[in-house]
Amino acid sequence: MAERGGRGAHGRLDKSITLPPHEIFRNLENAKRFAIGGSLTKLAYYSTVQHKVARVRSFDHSGKDLEHEPLYEISVQEEITARLHFIKFENTYIETCLDFIKDHLVNTETKVIKATGGGAYKFKDLIEKKLGLKVDKEDVMTCLIKGCNFVLKNIPHEVFAYQKDSDTEFRFQTNHPNIFPYLLVNIGSGVSIVKVETEDQFEWIGGSSIGGGTFWGLGALLTKTKKFDELLQLASKGQHTNVDMLVKDVYGGAYQTLGLSGNLIASSFGKSTTADKEFSKEDMAKSLLHMISNDIGQLACLYAKLHNLDKIYFGGFFIRGHPVTMRTITYSINFFSKGEVQALFLRHEGYLGAIGAFLKGAEQDNPNQYSWGENYAGSSGLMSTSPDVFPMQRCRSGTFDMLEMDRLERPLVNLPLLKDPSTYIPDTVDLTDDAMARKYWLTCFEEALDGVAKRAAASQPDSVDAPERAEKFRQKYWNKLQTLRQQPFAYGTLTVRSLLDTREHCLNEFNFPDPYSKVKQKENGIALKCFQSVIESLDSLGWEERQFALVKGLLAGNVFDWGAKAVSDVLESEPQFGFEEAKSKLQERPWLEDSYSQWLKRLKEGPPHKCALIFADNSGIDIILGVFPFVRELLSRGTEVILACNSGPALNDVTYSESLIVTERIAAMDPVIQSALREEKLMLVQTGSSSPCLDLSRLDKGLAVLVRERETDLVIIEGMGRAIHTNYYAALKCESLKLAVIKNSWLADRLGGKIFSVIFKYEVPCK
Amino acid sequence: VFPWFGLDIGGTLVKLVYFEPKDITAEEEEEEVENLKSIRKYLTSNIAYGSAGIRDVHLELKELTLCARKGNLHFIRFPTHDMPAFIHMGSEKHFSSLHTTLCATGGGAHKFEQDFRTMGDLQLCKLDELDCLIKGVLYIDSVGFNGHSECYYFENPTDAERCQKLPFNLENPYPLLLVNIGSGVSILAVYSKDNYKRVTGTSLGGGTFFGLCCLLTGCSTFEEALEMASHGDSTKVDKLVRDIYGGDYERFGLPGWAVASSFGNMMSKEKRESVSKEDLARATLVTITNNIGSIARMCALNENINRVVFVGNFLRINTISMRLLAYALDYWSKGQLKALFLEHEGYFGAVGALLELLDSA
Repeated sequence: MAERGGRGAHGRLDKSITLPPHEIFRNLENAKRFAIGGSLTKLAYYSTVQHKVARVRSFDHSGKDLEHEPLYEISVQEEITARLHFIKFENTYIETCLDFIKDHLVNTETKVIKATGGGAYKFKDLIEKKLGLKVDKEDVMTCLIKGCNFVLKNIPHEVFAYQKDSDTEFRFQTNHPNIFPYLLVNIGSGVSIVKVETEDQFEWIGGSSIGGGTFWGLGALLTKTKKFDELLQLASKGQHTNVDMLVKDVYGGAYQTLGLSGNLIASSFGKSTTADKEFSKEDMAKSLLHMISNDIGQLACLYAKLHNLDKIYFGGFFIRGHPVTMRTITYSINFFSKGEVQALFLRHEGYLGAIGAFLKGAEQDNPNQYSWGENYAGSSGLMSTSPDVFPMQRCRSGTFDMLEMDRLERPLVNLPLLKDPSTYIPDTVDLTDDAMARKYWLTCFEEALDGVAKRAAASQPDSVDAPERAEKFRQKYWNKLQTLRQQPFAYGTLTVRSLLDTREHCLNEFNFPDPYSKVKQKENGIALKCFQSVIESLDSLGWEERQFALVKGLLAGNVFDWGAKAVSDVLESEPQFGFEEAKSKLQERPWLEDSYSQWLKRLKEGPPHKCALIFADNSGIDIILGVFPFVRELLSRGTEVILACNSGPALNDVTYSESLIVTERIAAMDPVIQSALREEKLMLVQTGSSSPCLDLSRLDKGLAVLVRERETDLVIIEGMGRAIHTNYYAALKCESLKLAVIKNSWLADRLGGKIFSVIFKYEVPCK
Repeated sequence: VFPWFGLDIGGTLVKLVYFEPKDITAEEEEEEVENLKSIRKYLTSNIAYGSAGIRDVHLELKELTLCARKGNLHFIRFPTHDMPAFIHMGSEKHFSSLHTTLCATGGGAHKFEQDFRTMGDLQLCKLDELDCLIKGVLYIDSVGFNGHSECYYFENPTDAERCQKLPFNLENPYPLLLVNIGSGVSILAVYSKDNYKRVTGTSLGGGTFFGLCCLLTGCSTFEEALEMASHGDSTKVDKLVRDIYGGDYERFGLPGWAVASSFGNMMSKEKRESVSKEDLARATLVTITNNIGSIARMCALNENINRVVFVGNFLRINTISMRLLAYALDYWSKGQLKALFLEHEGYFGAVGALLELLDSA
């Protein structure tokens, strides 16, 4: 393991550090295809991952005792999915790593390894000798752009702006549906400025010889400091005003007629025009840093202006994770563009070349056809390399770094009903920004962790190693939470959603694909038994009363949510906590957010909706006694219904395959549902997600197609994860209903209510 | 009222132009006060003043007619750090008793205004440096350089053998990109006599070349730095495209001789130890010059201007940079842009200040 303090006060890397190859070269046994590149070694491979998934399957119920049999069968199966691994380590470790790869690379059919960048040339012979693979060199810039397009398209929160002196150093951007055209300014030893217009079309439009090599080379001459990192350290401590001639040195103040501030640099190194004065290393390094950053920023702005581009991404070793250079480049772009252009950086900038080289070699697997998701459990995340921040992390990040991307089964697209996909932000609270909220939620997830681990272990009573795996899960997620406490920006904007997703990824990592499967099974069984009586009592009500009862049912169903700690406490101690009791817990109207009257008026006076899209939340009472009666009412009004459930398990959320069985069972009891299914007026689809939250910009393509085909004009989003943590402010092109019960007292407090407060938000888009 | 001075106080150098009347009548001679006479004698009979003041005799404009007076225009420069001594001298020579206005431009006009007032009992007339610069350029170009052309260019800048300096007729100058390389650099787009804008500027200018040379080589004068540069080889210091790709980088149409990374070879310890001071001076000169060329070229493209005039004292006795600029502009614009130069390099601001004095009189 990397030792604490390996990179000491003098920034020297302790050579005794060894890499933990088992930890970083995951899944090498199944690696299919390789690429390597860069000055740090970046290695990319594509492997298949076997992991356990929970499957549900309907029993053949003919002639069986329905009373005592479970509703359906749960089995755990092995599933094979594709994963992209990207690893970054210092060249010092290349031999060790190659040996490890050789020993573990058993299943590959590959005979070639795609390589790019300086390291590839340097280590060609070594790689060929050790691995017996032919090294196939690829053009650096082509790889860089290919990699850049890939991350821009596939990794949410890939792009960030750097803000100095702000609580949030990194401000992440939402992924724009159209990434082209953009300018990529790669600051390696020199500077390349490339305009990227489409997936395969890019043009080198210019460059500059004053780049990272100038900083390093000239810096080494001036300060006798050999290492790039040390030069940056020096620079961050220096005062450039001792070396540079400022406008005020020439003018005595500002140059007012031109509006040039007195603190602007008039002439870099303009004060060192004397042989008999000594200048400090720090001051010279700082002056050099400003000189180079300003120059690059100025040229980038001139090129952006000439080609009419407003997105400039910066990369290359000069930038790579160095707040010092990100800060000076950001300043320069802001100054020279007069604030019109923003300097943007990429979270996985260091991997672009390797990703691109890999993609070039993998064209037959068509990686661009699929959607990919970052595996938070296996990725090490963005490290702040501020000299003073978290020395342990810094030392580790200097040694190795990982990114894993899972290939998703189905392509993901925007919900066609989003009002403006380019400004849509799923998450309601940005925890990178909101320190108080961050503190609360991190603590909340920490406190819930033991329970989650216990439940995970308990979910596999027949497995001998379940407790051990559960403990490993606990440890891994705990470490992630600690990392996030120090570096909230590690995986993009920190949100409740990302915390929940990370937990799911960690559970999967240790083969707990669905810890709630049995709970869900049991609850679905119980709820189904109550379905008919609930329908009967609803049918006995008058129209207006019924509408209110339906909404109350939907809300009450939503109280059953194992994701919230307050509820899991109640449910653990009182398993019989029933539907009626839940209703009685609900807040009386007026609710915390209450547009029920408008909704009722709409139902009463407006024409029936053409088609409603419902995002379901929990299994059991929620879906069966809350959602289905509501669906049934919509169908009776002549509204078609698309019921969307998660593709994969998350907490006790109902999955698509569970929803199929549940619906089949309900249809057997209820002619309305049955005929709607038959006539395709009720359609079940999957969301493409395995998250307890909902990102409307990454939804299953099939869902999107159906939504468009059926001219969906109403979207119903239910539950805290989908309607409050995310999408609370989401603007849609059609009518929408967001409802949830707040089962977290802190959140309720934030929104100005109490626990079990009700959110009922009916929105009509303004014309 | 004599004396006629124009002063341009820059970050590094003070430029002074002095009009020496040659048509003084006997009557005038009679009336001329003593200290005015002594100033005229002092300036015209010397070519060096104090430790670092120099009169550029070769630039002198002879038999010039200015405001119906005939005379010679002298061009004098001294370091800005000698400003206090200059003001002191002015006070000793009772300059203030001449009741003349001293027109000054450049940043120093603002910085030293107070000193002029308190130490020299002189009220400066402060003038905008860009106004003066353009005025000076247009004027000197119009009167010519003692019968020769003020403006010139390099023919065949891309061919070391056939490259030659030729006169250029700047009669219809607009639009024009004016690049003034002093300690720092200002870039102006000039559309007519009084319609111009400052497009941008860069802090990588003459001061940067000189400052870095002092640090890298221990030299102490600009002349010394240039002399060293003329004997150095920048390709030992810079990393060229061919050093990385073995030849041209065809994918991007980059020639092998192009610099990929200025000072890029200096990342290696062995190479740092094997380069000479001359090589370092040359690399510094090439780096700064190419960068100015590159920014000027981008500005010309953005402003849609194809004539670029380079002025400023960075170009004084600096043929290496001028030819490099001519070459770079020609090569990277595929012959679309032309680099022009003016004989009086750094003195246009001071000339403009003098003209303002005469206009106001």
